[in-house]
Order: sequence, then C-alpha cells, then structure tokens
Amino acid sequence: MDFNLSEDDLMIKETAAELAAKRIIPNAEKWDEEAALPKDILDEMAELGYFGMMLPEEYGGLGLSTVTYNCAMEELSAACAGLMITLSVHNSLCCEAIYHFGSDQLRQKYLPDMAAGKIIGAYSLTEPNAGTDAGSIKTSAVKKSGKYIINGTKTFVTNAGLADLIVLFAVTDPEKGSKGISCFVVPKDTPGIMIGAKERKMGIRASDTREVSFVDVEVPEFNRIGDEGTGFKTAVILLNNGRIGVAFQSIGIARAAFDEALKYSKERKQFGQLICNFQAIQFKLAEMATKIDAGRLLALRAAAMKDAGENVAMESSMAKLFCSQVCNYVVNEAVQIHGGYGYMKEYAVERYFRDGRVTEIYEGTTEAQKMVISRQLLRD
Amino acid sequence: MTVLLKKEHQEYREKIRAFAEEKIAPQAAQLDLEQRFPTEYLKPLAEMGLMGMVVPEEYGGAPVDTVCYSIAVEELSRVCGSTGITIAAHNSLGCFPILKFGTEEQSKKYLPRGTRGGELLAFGLTEPEAGSDAGATKTTAVKKDDHWLMNGAKCFITSASHAFATIATARTLDVPGVKGISSFILEKDWEGYEVGKKENKMGLRGSDTSSLHFTDVKVPFENQLGVEGEGFKQFMITLDGGRISIAAMALGLAQGAYECALKYAAEKKENGKPIGTMQSIQWKLADMATEIEAARCLVYGASMMKDAGVRFTTESAMAKLYASEVGNRVCYQAIQILGEVGYLTGPYSAERMYRDIKLCEIGEGTSEIQRIVIARNILKSVMPK
Repeated sequence: MDFNLSEDDLMIKETAAELAAKRIIPNAEKWDEEAALPKDILDEMAELGYFGMMLPEEYGGLGLSTVTYNCAMEELSAACAGLMITLSVHNSLCCEAIYHFGSDQLRQKYLPDMAAGKIIGAYSLTEPNAGTDAGSIKTSAVKKSGKYIINGTKTFVTNAGLADLIVLFAVTDPEKGSKGISCFVVPKDTPGIMIGAKERKMGIRASDTREVSFVDVEVPEFNRIGDEGTGFKTAVILLNNGRIGVAFQSIGIARAAFDEALKYSKERKQFGQLICNFQAIQFKLAEMATKIDAGRLLALRAAAMKDAGENVAMESSMAKLFCSQVCNYVVNEAVQIHGGYGYMKEYAVERYFRDGRVTEIYEGTTEAQKMVISRQLLRD
Repeated sequence: MTVLLKKEHQEYREKIRAFAEEKIAPQAAQLDLEQRFPTEYLKPLAEMGLMGMVVPEEYGGAPVDTVCYSIAVEELSRVCGSTGITIAAHNSLGCFPILKFGTEEQSKKYLPRGTRGGELLAFGLTEPEAGSDAGATKTTAVKKDDHWLMNGAKCFITSASHAFATIATARTLDVPGVKGISSFILEKDWEGYEVGKKENKMGLRGSDTSSLHFTDVKVPFENQLGVEGEGFKQFMITLDGGRISIAAMALGLAQGAYECALKYAAEKKENGKPIGTMQSIQWKLADMATEIEAARCLVYGASMMKDAGVRFTTESAMAKLYASEVGNRVCYQAIQILGEVGYLTGPYSAERMYRDIKLCEIGEGTSEIQRIVIARNILKSVMPK
C-alpha cells in the first residue's frame, strides 16, 4: 500500500496552494461577507484550467485523475469553501455528467467551452419535497414532437446565478418511479426558466445557491444526457463524485481550521505561558490532527478506487460521512482554542465553523450516508 | 423538572413566555440579519421588571429568586439569544456587582437608572491579553489628587456602546497577579471613555459587543467599587452568578431549536410519511429532549443553591459547561433534522440559534475554564496543593 501522493498530485496540489495563497485567501473573508464571487477570480481560474480539471485534453481539459483533482480541491477548500464548491459542482457533476453519460455530439457541443470556463454549469436534482429522497422528484419532462417540455421547481441549485447551463433531472415516465427519471442539459437562457433570489446561507456564502423554476421550458431531444430512464442511475453515480468532493472539502476546511488553531496556540499567552503548553489544548490538537489524517486517507481511498474503475458507492459515502463529521469536530475545537476571538469574523475560524456545517448536509445528509452504507452492508 | 417547580415559578414562566413570544420573537430573525441592537426593547423589558431581577425594590428593581431569573433568561433566549444575553449580562454582570459590592450611594445613583429607567449597565473585564486569564489585567488606575486616573482597553464587552455605565477592572496596586486588581464604576460620558468598534460576530448579532478604551479617565474616589485589591475576588463571585445566566441562556436556545426540529419532524414528509416516524430522527429527538432535561436540572439546581445561600461555584460551572455543550449538540442536531433548509438564514430559527449558542461555550469562561474550575474544586478536598 502506497500512502504517498504521486509527483503529479503534489505538483497540482502545490500549484493550487500557491494560487490560493495569492488570490483566494486574502479575499475569502470579503467574498463571505458580500456573499458573491467576483468575475475576475473565475476568469483567472478558467485561464489556468480549473474549469476542466478532469476532462480529457481533447476537450481542452487537464485530464486529471480523481485523486489529483481532489488534491487541488482540498487546497481550494482550505482557502475558500464557497469557491471550491462552485468549481466542484461544475467539474465533478456537470462536466462529468456530460462526459460520461452524454452523446458524442453533446460532448462536442458543450465540453470545450465548459473546460475553458466560458460555460459554467449548475446542477439541479433536489426539489422542495425531494431532498434525501431524490427518487421522488416531480419535475416533469414531457416528450412532444422531438422536444421535451419541462415543468417544475428545483431548490438549492448550486451555481444557479452564475451558470450558463443547468444539468437537470426530470421525470419522463411517471409510471416507472426512479426508472422514469432522465437527465438533460438545459441552457439557462431558454425561455421559461426563472432564477430565484440568492439564498442566504449560514456559510459557503461565496457560492451561489438559488431556486430555479421551469415553466414550459423546451429542450431538444439532443440535449438529453443518456437514454430515457437512466437519469437516476446517472445521479447516483455522480453523487459518488460529489461525495468524494465533499469529503475533500471537509478535510480542506478542517485542515485550515487546524492550522489556524495550531498557530494561535503557539502565539497566545494566558496564565503566563503559551496556551499550547496546556495539556487540554495539546490533546485537542492531537485529536484534531489524527482525525484529519484518518479522514483524508478515507477520502483518498475512495478517490483511488474510483480511478481504478471500482464501484465506490459505499466507500464514497463512508468518506463523506466521516470527513464531514471530522470537519465539524475540528472547526468547533478550533473556535474553542481561539476563545472569544474565534466568535468574531476577523478570525478565519469563525468562517470555517459556518462553512463546515454544510458538509454534513449536502450531497446527502449524514443520515442519508448511513442509509447508503447500511443498505450495502446488509445487502448480502 | 418543570412540573416540580413551585406554582409561582410556573406562573412566572407563563408570563415571560407570553411576553417573549409577543414582543421579542417576531423580530428575532430580522435583528440577526441587520445586526441591529433593539433599543426599543429596553422600555418594555424594564416594564416587565426584567432589567432589575436581582435588585431590591428600593433601587427600582423587581426582585425575583434565581430560579425565576433563570426562567426569564431561558424564555427570552428560547426565542432570541441576543435578547437573552443582553438581559443576562445587564442583570448578572451590571446590576449585581453594584448591589453586592457597592456603597448605598452607588446603588442609589446607578441602579434605578439601570432597572426602572431601562438603561443598560456593562461589565468590563476581558482585555486583548487577558481573556481566560482575567488576572492578567493590564488596564491601570493610578491615584492622582482627588481621583483615579484610568488607562487601558477592554474587549468583547456586551452592550458597551449602549451602556450608560460600566464596571471595569484595573490594576491599582503594585503587586503581581490577581491581588493588585480593583474595580470601578465608569460613566459613558466621561472624558477619555471611548467606545470602540462594534464586533462583527458569528451569532448573537442583535446584541452589542464592542471594545472600550480609557485614556486618562478621571474616576472620582467614590466610584471605586468595594475594597481596593479585591477586584479579582469580586468578579469571581460575580461570574458564579453570571454562569448560571449563560447556562439558562443555553438552555433556552436549546429548547427553541429543539421545538423547531420537533415541529419540523412532525410536519415534513418523505415517502409520504412524516420524517418523525423514522427511527434515526426519533433517536435524535429523544437524545435532545433528554439532554435538555438534564441541563435544566443542573441550571435550576445551581439556581436553588444560590437562593439557599450555599456555595455554588462548582454547580454554576457545571451547569454552564453542560448546558452550553448540550445546547450546541441540540442546535447541531436540529439543523441536521431540518436538512438543507436548516442551513438557510431566515426561514427556521435553528440556523440562527446554532450560531448564537456557540458563544455559550465561550463567554463568561470557556468550557475549558469551567472544567478547570470544576476540577480544582473537586480535587481540593482530596489532593494537597
């Protein structure tokens, strides 16, 4: 078993860390407060290839493996989890959906512009009454003379405001339950799409989350990703990407919070000495570091297995479950170590605390992960 | 626990709950969003007697026992943590030390304004370099002619920009450590008394937290609080009571978030059934309810000990430690039950309460400090120094 990252992984990770140090970390507090990402950072990252990280070079992508991609994502998450999730949704959900499940023509049409960051993707599965229970979505796509007419409402659509296209899941055959769901690429400027107001969130505020409504939205059959009825299967496979992504996001946030707490404990004096001299603080740091390492290894295992072409349904859920819990444990302790300062927005741990909270909620709550894992365990 | 309380306590709760739901709850989300301190609350709070709960009537107070006081802070916090902490800090940290350690003249001069008058009192202890280690106070007060000359800075002071007076600690004696600290009552409009910038906080955004800066503030001798050199002892006693109020605040926030999640679990359907029918949700709710009840026993227990006049340092630290940690777990699980809507600011109170309650593990001594206090007291009898 090799626990070392490859030279490629390390190089991409360092490149992302350098960009983060220079351009992201200094602005993250502002983007959180303003609840938006400026266009220039996205343009700059598009130039550097961050919008086509796993796409093959033939589409203008960097062709990174899941492991390498996520090494970079951990760095971006440590800098600004809101920015990271913006890219994560575009790369690991939208680009991957079209690349793995779309027709050649669909790939040709969208992927080069997506890889170049000229087209940003949003991903919409969740509905007001279909969260954890994604198979019960109600948005409909009715076929009519070579087109689909889409009606329905999607909630918590990440990137909805920024995006140029939406990867959408809708019911094409209501009789067939989850086997009657199909996946579509819907250009956002299609008439009938209404983008709601930006949601006010506890954290990852730099990311853009909105409700999107579809009223008689027409998309050509050409825009369907995969065969009719394969949408749910596509969503489930993509969720593995998403869960590995959130696992690395969790580790990124946790590591950033740990680094801040460690640094603070070596600078802050109380009772005549540095607080890192107190056993209570030392034990917290030990626990935090151990959990972060364990989480990262679990996340890397899922990513490496995916790269090896294995089924990672259970492993990606385990990674997501564990890492998101580690993240929340760590950010909480990081705030405690900072005391009163940790509750103030001037200190980054305050933001990490709020950002970290979402990791146990989206891409399937902690409870949903346990359902997935236990189902697999009990299946045989 | 609640049903075991005396009838007067139960009636008091009903009264405060009705007031909180009518006057405080409707604006709670908006105050958080706008980061606005509700000065318009002060008059109705004073009229309800909530600004003079620890003060005798002769000084304008509406005295209640500590159980009632905890109930009041709990009920206010159940709908709005910001109002809870403003009231807790004013009563426990503002009014109490003046009454306990001050002269009759000081009580007459300051307490009626703070109680019936509806003006806030603040407590200035923490400094940038003296947080958990409050004995490391750097602010100084030097005797000069007919007054003290005070210099220094205080941080994270609740209600600092609105309080008409602050009880602040300073080093007066040239002895190292805690024995050189004394406390004073300072008025806001005195020369050299400046309110610093308002802190931008994770939660409790409807409460005011600011720094205070003293530059050659002339403090008349009659504004020294209690005996010189006893400042540290005074605030240790003050914090014993203050911790009960933070515990009560945590209890109220936990109760509020729990009720929010309980209602949601009963209403929200997945696969055609309320999510409250799922075992995983049921177990969460069961744990939340159990832990809240356990915390409530500790909070009221410490309150009763204070009322009985026995030493309650350990018990108030235990109540504060446990209630604040329970509160954080409960608010955490409330959001988990709500799922994605729980992460949004506005629609459900659990999100705000999750941010609010984090402070309960930090303010008036972090959880780590409570453990130190508890450990010191329980080891004292068995372990030689």
